Amino acid sequence: MSETVKQFLYLNRKAPYGTIYAWEALEVVLIGAAFDQDVGVMFLDDGVYQLVKGQDPREIGMKNFSPTFRTLGDYEVGRIYVDGESLAARGLTREDLVEIAWEDPETEEEVDNIVEVVDRTRARALMDEADVVFSF
Amino acid sequence: MSDTIEVDGKQLAVDEEGYLADLNDWVPAVADVMAKQDNLELSEEHWDIINFLREYYEEYQIAPAVRVLTKAVGKKLGKEKGNSKYLYSLFPYGPAKQACRFAGLPKPTGCV
Repeated sequence: MSETVKQFLYLNRKAPYGTIYAWEALEVVLIGAAFDQDVGVMFLDDGVYQLVKGQDPREIGMKNFSPTFRTLGDYEVGRIYVDGESLAARGLTREDLVEIAWEDPETEEEVDNIVEVVDRTRARALMDEADVVFSF
Repeated sequence: MSDTIEVDGKQLAVDEEGYLADLNDWVPAVADVMAKQDNLELSEEHWDIINFLREYYEEYQIAPAVRVLTKAVGKKLGKEKGNSKYLYSLFPYGPAKQACRFAGLPKPTGCV
């Protein structure tokens, strides 16, 4: 790729069901990943619920798309962040969240879980660093 | 394209691009019927990919984009199969799009 690679950061702030934002955001991330950009995804506020393990939304007639987050690594999304304060405020810990594996496309080095819990200072810095921020 | 296909005497609904409307309608004969429409005869190698896609969907709830499929096939079925030349030789209309259709999955996410 000769074009400039930009840093994209997607912010997921809404609960997985009840609105279409979470699913649409995931689709945008997956489609955007085809363009060889540097993509990061951050979950904050109620968005942290999107990554919670063991979801079963059948009763509300929705598709359970939480397993799909585990493919983000396959789509070469190398950076996944979760806001620690949002987790704590909802009585969640990182053990409640799905794990997302990732393989470095160049070195083929495998990382079991790239989900990184960050504090607010780091979250702000990440947003500052990004060339493009999408908020869902 | 018609809005149903006939498989084992049953009419199954498909969308305007020929993908099965209901994933649960799928039986292996669906792939055979769709392949025939595309003038393809399914070999064991085709089935490896179709079955792989169905397993992938089962686990991740999405049909992978072609790039992701290629990489994943290489990992699972061997490097010599994880390249687009091989996959296109099996599925000339695009390995992700055509094989997903045969497998009864929706059109792949990230196919632009």
